[in-house]
Amino acid sequence: MSLRSPLGRVLGLGSAKEGSSHWWAQRMTAVALGFLSTWFLISILLLDNLQFTTVSAWAGRPFNSILLLLTTATLAYHSKLGVQVVIEDYVHGPAIKVFSLVMSNFTHILLAAAGLFAVLKIGFGAP
Amino acid sequence: MTLSILHRVTGVALSVGLIVLTIWLVALSTGAAAYEQITALMQSIVGRLLLAGFSFAFFFHLCNGVRHLFWDVGKGFEMRQANASAWSVVLATSVLTLGLWLAL
Repeated sequence: MSLRSPLGRVLGLGSAKEGSSHWWAQRMTAVALGFLSTWFLISILLLDNLQFTTVSAWAGRPFNSILLLLTTATLAYHSKLGVQVVIEDYVHGPAIKVFSLVMSNFTHILLAAAGLFAVLKIGFGAP
Repeated sequence: MTLSILHRVTGVALSVGLIVLTIWLVALSTGAAAYEQITALMQSIVGRLLLAGFSFAFFFHLCNGVRHLFWDVGKGFEMRQANASAWSVVLATSVLTLGLWLAL
């Protein structure tokens, strides 16, 4: 005899789970990155050179800092969603799968924090 | 068919690229000395090969990603269309990757 109701036992056991929001977030970040990554690449190519002073002055301008923050955060989120699907599809065995997912999440959060902090430091340190 | 698995392979490669990009940004925020160490590594033979690989992965993932977005809204599923878009992705990726390295 269990205290859990029949409904409580089956809720959340369907195959979809968080599938639709994951799917949607992956597409939204993909569209955003189409613009952000193209902007980043073209901006870097248009710089006179890739010396420290040139690049840090560029990254420190508010417009560029803001877009860099968005790029860093969106990249980390999109990467997290993509790596998650790869792990779910190719890593078998419940324990190693959960371990891989946790490690991937931690790594992506670390990358996001490091990237955002770096951009903020450059932006606030800029004259 | 081949492009489908390549989308995942390049995606995972770009996740590694995200680590490199983050290290580059952190070095840039640390100061001139740290930044120059990182750019020196990137300009080495191994560094250039890695960057070339990342640029190919980036352009492929971008182009094939656009193809996927069209599929997501239900367009381009006919065999003829899918083959045409596949070859377009191969062509665009080649042109963009070669163009980038010729421009540098």
